[in-house]
Amino acid sequence: MSEATMTADVKTQDGQLEFLVKGDHHPQNGTLLGFWLYLMSDCLIFAALFATYGVLARSYAGGPTGMEVFDLSLVAINTSFLLLSSITYGFAMLQMQANRLKGTLFWLAITALLGAAFLGLELYEFYHLIHIGATPQTSGFLTAFFALVGTHGLHVLFGIVWLVTLLFQLKKHGLIPANKRRVFCLSMFWHFLDVVWVGVFTYVYLMGVLP
Amino acid sequence: MFENLDLTKLIFGRLTWDAIPFHDPIILATFAVVAVGGVAMLVALTRYKLWGYLWTEWFTSIDHKKIGIMYIILGLVMLLRGFADAIMMRLQQAFAFGDNMGYLPPDHYDQIFTAHGVIMIFFVAMPLVTGIMNYLIPLQIGTRDVAFPFLNNFSFWMTAGGAALMMVSLFVGEFAKTGWLAYPPLSGILQSPGVGVDYYIWSLQIAGVGTLLSGINLLVTIVKMRAPGMSLMKMPVFTWTSLCTNVLIVAAFPVLTAVLGMLTLDRYLGTAFFTNDMGGNAMMYVNLIWIWGHPEVYILILPVFGIFSEIVATYSRKPLFGYTSMVYATVVITVLSYLVWLHHFFTMGSGASVNSFFGITTMIISIPTGAKIFNWLFTMFRGRIKFDVPMLWTLGFMVTFVIGGMTGVLLAVPPVDFVLHNSLFLIAHFHNVIIGGVLFGLFAGITYWFPKATGYKLDEFWGKLSFWFWLIGFYFAFMPLYVLGLMGVTRRVSHFEDQSLQIWFQIAAFGAVLIAVGIAAFLIQLIVSFRRREALADETGDPWDGRTLEWSTSSPPPPYNFAFTPRVHDLDAWWQMKQHGFKRPESGFIPIHMPKGTWAGIVLSAISVACGFALIWHMWLAAAVTFVALIGTAIYHTFNYDRDYYIPAEEVERIEAERTKVLANV
Amino acid sequence: MQIFKYLRGVSLTLLVAALLSGCDAVVMSPSGDVAVQQRDLLVWSTILMLLVIVPVIVLTLWFAWRYRASNTEATYKPDWTHSTVLELVIWAVPLLIIIALGAMTWVYTHKLDPYRPLDRIDANTPIPADLEPLTVEVVALDWKWLFIYPEQGIATVNELAAPVDQPIRFKITASTMMNSFFIPAMAGQIYAMAGMETKLHGVINEPGVYQGFSANYSGAGYSHMKFQFHGLSEADFQAWVDKNKASGNTLSREVYKALEVPSIKDPVKRYASVDPTLYHAILNRCVDPGTVCMEDMMYHSGHGKQEADAAEGHDAHAGHDAHGGHHE
Repeated sequence: MSEATMTADVKTQDGQLEFLVKGDHHPQNGTLLGFWLYLMSDCLIFAALFATYGVLARSYAGGPTGMEVFDLSLVAINTSFLLLSSITYGFAMLQMQANRLKGTLFWLAITALLGAAFLGLELYEFYHLIHIGATPQTSGFLTAFFALVGTHGLHVLFGIVWLVTLLFQLKKHGLIPANKRRVFCLSMFWHFLDVVWVGVFTYVYLMGVLP
Repeated sequence: MFENLDLTKLIFGRLTWDAIPFHDPIILATFAVVAVGGVAMLVALTRYKLWGYLWTEWFTSIDHKKIGIMYIILGLVMLLRGFADAIMMRLQQAFAFGDNMGYLPPDHYDQIFTAHGVIMIFFVAMPLVTGIMNYLIPLQIGTRDVAFPFLNNFSFWMTAGGAALMMVSLFVGEFAKTGWLAYPPLSGILQSPGVGVDYYIWSLQIAGVGTLLSGINLLVTIVKMRAPGMSLMKMPVFTWTSLCTNVLIVAAFPVLTAVLGMLTLDRYLGTAFFTNDMGGNAMMYVNLIWIWGHPEVYILILPVFGIFSEIVATYSRKPLFGYTSMVYATVVITVLSYLVWLHHFFTMGSGASVNSFFGITTMIISIPTGAKIFNWLFTMFRGRIKFDVPMLWTLGFMVTFVIGGMTGVLLAVPPVDFVLHNSLFLIAHFHNVIIGGVLFGLFAGITYWFPKATGYKLDEFWGKLSFWFWLIGFYFAFMPLYVLGLMGVTRRVSHFEDQSLQIWFQIAAFGAVLIAVGIAAFLIQLIVSFRRREALADETGDPWDGRTLEWSTSSPPPPYNFAFTPRVHDLDAWWQMKQHGFKRPESGFIPIHMPKGTWAGIVLSAISVACGFALIWHMWLAAAVTFVALIGTAIYHTFNYDRDYYIPAEEVERIEAERTKVLANV
Repeated sequence: MQIFKYLRGVSLTLLVAALLSGCDAVVMSPSGDVAVQQRDLLVWSTILMLLVIVPVIVLTLWFAWRYRASNTEATYKPDWTHSTVLELVIWAVPLLIIIALGAMTWVYTHKLDPYRPLDRIDANTPIPADLEPLTVEVVALDWKWLFIYPEQGIATVNELAAPVDQPIRFKITASTMMNSFFIPAMAGQIYAMAGMETKLHGVINEPGVYQGFSANYSGAGYSHMKFQFHGLSEADFQAWVDKNKASGNTLSREVYKALEVPSIKDPVKRYASVDPTLYHAILNRCVDPGTVCMEDMMYHSGHGKQEADAAEGHDAHAGHDAHGGHHE
């Protein structure tokens, strides 16, 4: 945008207004802005799910309550996996800025592993819930719970698939600008999921076990 | 034997021969026409060896101009289907009185009005609006393409894929019988166990991906790619309204995705979001869908306001009056459109304070809208108005739209809404603003920019004919509905007892016939203009003495739009260039960096449609396979780093020299 | 000038009104006090808006004609794009009208809130102190209307009656689909939703037979989901009640289960007596013997523990109260 305003009154040598850019002109790259906008739209999907959860959170319909089914210590471990993975992604970004391919790959791989651990625990939690009869079909509360947490989980899964793809692409082409852009976008995505999870953890789990 | 049975189920899900509506002569006849037409087209394409041309020059093209044109073609084709539905409804309601049950059983009639609404909003208005935005924004802001050219192609094909899936429902299975917003519990699995609602869900989800991505794409294009010197307050008004529309798209469509996703879970997994039992809450669906639905209305109307602004200024031979207040009005409407959704269901029993809050915010929107109308008025004031076809549409709009606006504000008064809600008065109101606003604007825009896109103008006679038939047809078709609404007649009724109503429905049906003539005249206009393209040719690139940058290029513009990026100093950049005696450079060209075409968009969309179809019919095996294929293809596509190329300077020079020659002859 | 337009607005409205009365426009000539007030509001809002709509239409056509390109005598100012005074006017005029309309909206939305008990029978008659409203419990079934009169102990299908000039309190719910309960001659509509209760207060001032129907599309039988509403004198109403009592039918839960099955174009049915807990059971979705009612279950855990009491105070009605504003 700054470019747009700064060059407003360029004139030719004879004092006339210059109406053309006489040279190779490349507009700014919009990938990061575009990806950010996508994240904001995704954020609205989560907003809708949070709102839904807010409406249905106490519609137990005779089924269990959050207090009865949530295992906070499990969720705490899970949360720390995800938060840690954000930090390791940060390390990967630092390595990338230093143009160290190996370090970048290493920290990205660690991030993927932590993400997988998070997913694994979440799947275990779901399995456990369904096993004790707290299925998504039981009540409005559980429907909204599974939808919100499950959607987040799907995002993490998608992030891991993307991350693995990116590992191959980095291996193949190295830290070229296109790849750096991709690593940067995925980093925004990954941190975004972290922020959403903080919301989930607070709003669903912590507030869910309140009487 | 049982294994056999399971295998059939695994592969075909619930799809059986019963799903093909052999019993319905209307659908069968339609299918015959579509099949014959389709085969004829395929033969013609093969006969004239056009497949390769279509594939390389259009289907896989990432040129925003071609994609824009494809959107518009999609919109016009779907308009025919949507209008066919409309005329079927009008005929049914004109006859179905007393002992005469009409020719459509409720089962069929209910599908028709649902399909009519869905098609007209999602597959006519949206593609036409997106198409015009796609074509014009890069040209108006002086750039060579959109920010994400591949995404643009992909978005188009997803929209087209959604439309295709919706069309399949006509011949395989059925469409939803729920009304265009598919309120639960009616759209729930208990009340609508068939495939209709699933067709609805998946065609909207697939098209929705396209709409959202195109929204992000155009937003980034406008924010990041404006020509040097074009600050926000020097953007053409159409670009401004498009910017706001795309903000609305990005901020509204995710809610639709989410709410349809929840309905999907309710239907496929038996969850309890919107169910009557198990703690679901159907009111939540109504709220969420309108949180998307109301901004959607402004998504359609805002770009059209921009179109009218451009047209009024050009044909009055004056700059737009009150540009700044126009921009602020647009922004105010954008923000307010999120604060009014509840006015769609005052009758659901919210408290008086909640109802009056949403009623009053709705009324407040009429203030900036009113300001816009006045701005157009005073643009005409002391101008030199030429009554070309786009200007006729604009005048028709200004007179018609204010009436629709007035009835809209009436409906925003909750106690008045209590007696008019869901009545034909409401139907008349929103057709009043959507036809009188959006559609008139789209026709105005298509006529106005047609020479830019094709190199020849549209035939005046058929254009005027189309306009007058549409205008008069509209009044005949919808004024009776206002009256019927005041007589307490509600929407979506397929049969009436009270004979005294019949005359009004017959007048409305007559209006629909007039509109049919208007549509026919428009199509004839396209053919006549094509045949007379030599005589109607626009060689200057600026047939209307326009004001904005798109008119500085040739008609049609070269693939790269601008040989040199323009530099902007003021509003109405092209007008200023003309005032300053701008000389087009004829030498010194340099290679131009351009994106490459790709197959990925159309292939991904085709797989999505296949996946959607499999999900609709519960063909779990096919659904899994296509889903994996979808992800796999997408990943495969990301391994393609070779996405751009340079148009050599000689090529640019050759194209520009040709233009120089043409211009010398004008 | 303004006054002239005002008068034109009025005369236009009157013209439209006259045309409509010729074709039995029930919304424009209702017979119940609430609907009359809603009609008046409609007319006044229209007049208020015509103040700006009519000039806009006239100016559009006038400017288009006056400044046509062929009229070279008209002033042409190709650079005139701004006028602060004019801009102020074009924002202020709509603003003033909306302020007036907004004030009217606020006042009348509260006054005509369907949940609010009536305070008058018609424009000139306040409600006598001893006059209790008639209660009718309305259930929208697929696709017919069930009316339960708890005070009279009777019920009907697809026929409603009430004494003229007596306020009526409707309590409205549905079996499955979302419908809208609407008698245009009496008062505005309100949705009927399963598991929820909405309320409507109305009165009918003239004896007669009026149309009532569902105003919200609800599936295959929607077009015929109609009933007749009889405005009767006190004596006629009593006779009507007696007629129902004479039918000898009983609306038990079993009979209701059979009635609930979707059907189209049902004839009028009459019940001399009704299971007194039926409406409550329908609203709470526990008509089937053995099902737990929503109000006893929805906010409670099946593993039944401490929480039951905490949730108790949440809602006085059923699982949901559709009417957010009346929660507290």
